Formats: sequence, C-alpha cells, structure tokens
Amino acid sequence: MARVSFTDNLQKHLPCPPTSAPGETVRAVMDAVFEENAPLRGYILDDQDRLRKHVNIFVNDEAVSDRVALSDPVAENDRVFVFQALSGG
Amino acid sequence: MTDVFYVASRKGLFTYRRNGADWKTAEPAFLGEPVSAVLKDKRDGAVYAALNLGHFGCKLHRSDDDGATWKELAPPAFAKAEDGAEDAPSLALIWTLETGGADEPGVIYAGVIPGALFRSEDRGESWTLMEGLWNREERKGWFGGGYDKPGVHSVLVDPRNSKKLILGISCGGVWKSDDRGETWRLCGEGLRSDYMPPDQAQDLNTQDPHRLAMCAAAPDTIWCQHHNGIFLSRDGGESFVEFKDVKPAVFGFAVAVHPGAPETAWLVPGVKDEFRVPVDGRLVVNKTTNGGKSFSPQSNGLPAEPSYDLIYRHALDVDETGARLVMGSTTGNLWASDDGGDNWRQLSAYLPPIAQVAFG
Repeated sequence: MARVSFTDNLQKHLPCPPTSAPGETVRAVMDAVFEENAPLRGYILDDQDRLRKHVNIFVNDEAVSDRVALSDPVAENDRVFVFQALSGG
Repeated sequence: MTDVFYVASRKGLFTYRRNGADWKTAEPAFLGEPVSAVLKDKRDGAVYAALNLGHFGCKLHRSDDDGATWKELAPPAFAKAEDGAEDAPSLALIWTLETGGADEPGVIYAGVIPGALFRSEDRGESWTLMEGLWNREERKGWFGGGYDKPGVHSVLVDPRNSKKLILGISCGGVWKSDDRGETWRLCGEGLRSDYMPPDQAQDLNTQDPHRLAMCAAAPDTIWCQHHNGIFLSRDGGESFVEFKDVKPAVFGFAVAVHPGAPETAWLVPGVKDEFRVPVDGRLVVNKTTNGGKSFSPQSNGLPAEPSYDLIYRHALDVDETGARLVMGSTTGNLWASDDGGDNWRQLSAYLPPIAQVAFG
C-alpha cells in the first residue's frame, strides 16, 4: 500500500485526509483513492482523467512524468504527494 | 424593482441588498475563489455560482436559502474519449448560466469554454452536452476570443417558446435552435469582422459577438455588442444592422436592453483591441432610447478623473423594471443607477476584478 497525502489547499474544498491505497501505478493508486472519496476525482483530474494542469503528483521525491495516463510506477510503501502547483493561481 | 443583485468576482461572490435608498453587502461567499458566473433562478429562488478554481478545475454550487448555505453539484463535463485522450476536451470555464423557460422548472443552461452548451433538467444535479451543436462541422472553424478556446457566453431563451434558443459564441457567431437544442443553424447575416481577411469578413461562423441581449417584451429584438461594433436584430438574430460612427467608440463588451422597451439599450464603449480602456480615460455608459438612431454618453456619477476600467461582457445588468442598473469593472469598481442609467453612484472602489453582475 502506498501512503497518499494531499495539499492543505485542497482540504479547504473537501475532506481528504492522508490515506493508504493499493496499486502499482499512480493511476491505480489514485483510482483506489477515488473509490473511497469520489468527489475528490474532479479536483485532481480533468474530464479526460488527465492530471489537472496546475496539480502536481510526486512519488517520493519524483514528480510524475506521465500526466495523461498516470503510468508512473508506485512500489509498496512509496509515498504519493498531491500538491498544488505554484502556477495556475 | 429588484432589491438584490450579485457580484461574481475574482475573489468571491458578493450579494448586495437594497437598504433604503442605498445598497449594502456583507461577507462574500467563496472568499478567495474566482466566481465566473452567477444565476438567480426566479422560478424557485435557487442561486447558482460557478467557480473557476485556478488549480482544481471548474466547480458549481447551488444555494436554496439565498446564499446562507451552498451545496456543491457535479459540474458539466465532457464524455471521456475512447482514444486520443491527450487532445480530448475538458471543461475550462463555465462562462454563463441561464434558466430555461417559465414552463421548464429546474432547467438550467451552461455556456462553457471550450465552445459548448450543456443543459440540466434537475437544477444542476446532472448535465447533458447538447451534441447537436458540439458535433457541427463548423465548430472546427471557431477560435478563441480573449481565451485560448472558443466559448458560449450568451444563451437566450425565447419567452414565447422555450424550445427556441439563441447562442452567442466567441468566436463562432450566432446560432439558433427551434427544437430545444437538438439541431442548430448559423445565423447573424450582417455581422462583420475586420479581424478576418476581407473576403471572409461576412463569414457567419467566425463572427465575434461579445454579448447578445434580448428584450423580454419584444424577443425578436436582440442587441449585439460585437468585436467590430454595435449591431441590432429585429428578427430574432437572423440578421443584424450595424450602427457606425457612434461616439465615443463602437467597441465594447457589455450590452443590456430595457426589458419592456426594445428601443432602449445601454453599452459601455472602450478603445478597441490592444487597449481596452475608456476613450480618453472617460468611462461612460452609452444609452440609446430610439433603437440606435442616436446614443447619449452618460457620465453622471462615473469617474471624473482618468479611469482605466473595463466592463466585462457579463458585468452590466438591468432589473425587470428597466430603472435599476448595476455595472462592475475589472478594476473592482461597482456602480448602480436608479434612473435608467442617467445617473450612477459608486457602491465600491475596492472589490476584486468583477466578471459578472446579475440582479436577483
């Protein structure tokens, strides 16, 4: 299970406490998160399930490289961070 | 007269209520959030607010207690593409919200960027893309005006027959439907664009009507503030005539028409294109009471010193009597009139940039 946490800036819009989720890719992990918290999906992904332009996801210290398919790998016990980009404000 | 109006701003939604001869407001809803559109549904009292969160996308909220509490609704969304997701559409802005006809309780329209129209039949709980418009081949010829992508900013529902719809699209011309949005046809003969090659200046599909305003009492009268000037239709948007040589300028974004007097309309002129400021720094509201034969610039109560205010296309509104008007600027100034726009009073100089003002 990966440990997933969210920017405080998202917390003001809807509850999204840190959580754990299974999956071997960012897509699989996030789908598992959305399974538990459906309203969160539209805040992080756009209509086509791409990562929103001004949202960043890091796996440990690395920003994801595939913002469309979210295919970046996630290993057991990795940390996944959902951040607000400094652009787009 | 209408005793409440809403101000959709870059930093929240302000509600102004009449207080004797004055207006007063309180803490905004959605403080800090860009509000792109607001709508009061007079049929059931609901208030809708569209947000454009810089990071987290477009959101939609509804209040059933006049703004005391809000419920988040699922915003309009484009269907997920089966392949080629990289270029597939995603909602970029809810540019305008409008109610359906009086005989269609709960029906709400959303005009959006990229250029599309959505309809909800259930007070915004769920939305359907009007595919008859989206699938038109002409859509590929549309382009952005101000924003990167084209968008639907004006949705007019004929009060005599709510199946009849008229859209203003920047930049995609004027479109009409007679069957509640199932099929559409391109209208607007007489509109003219000088941002296109000369041979294409009359092309209906690339016109940039900045805003359309329909007279409630005479719905075939539609005023259009176009990128290239001031136009008027007497036949429900099928064709337009142009008013040239209007001082101080024919450029602008906003237009409002008196709900009971189709000959009376208000526009806010500016220096066109790359400037977009009042002519000679003098902000005025250009008023006609004779169907465009003449225009009279009104400045009583507007800034006496040089001003650089721009009035966005949704930031001028008139109430149901035609006597009260409200106008907000990108500089965060807000003005109101009680006498049909002849005299204005500044309500605030300190608001965030204003996207829309709308009477409740």
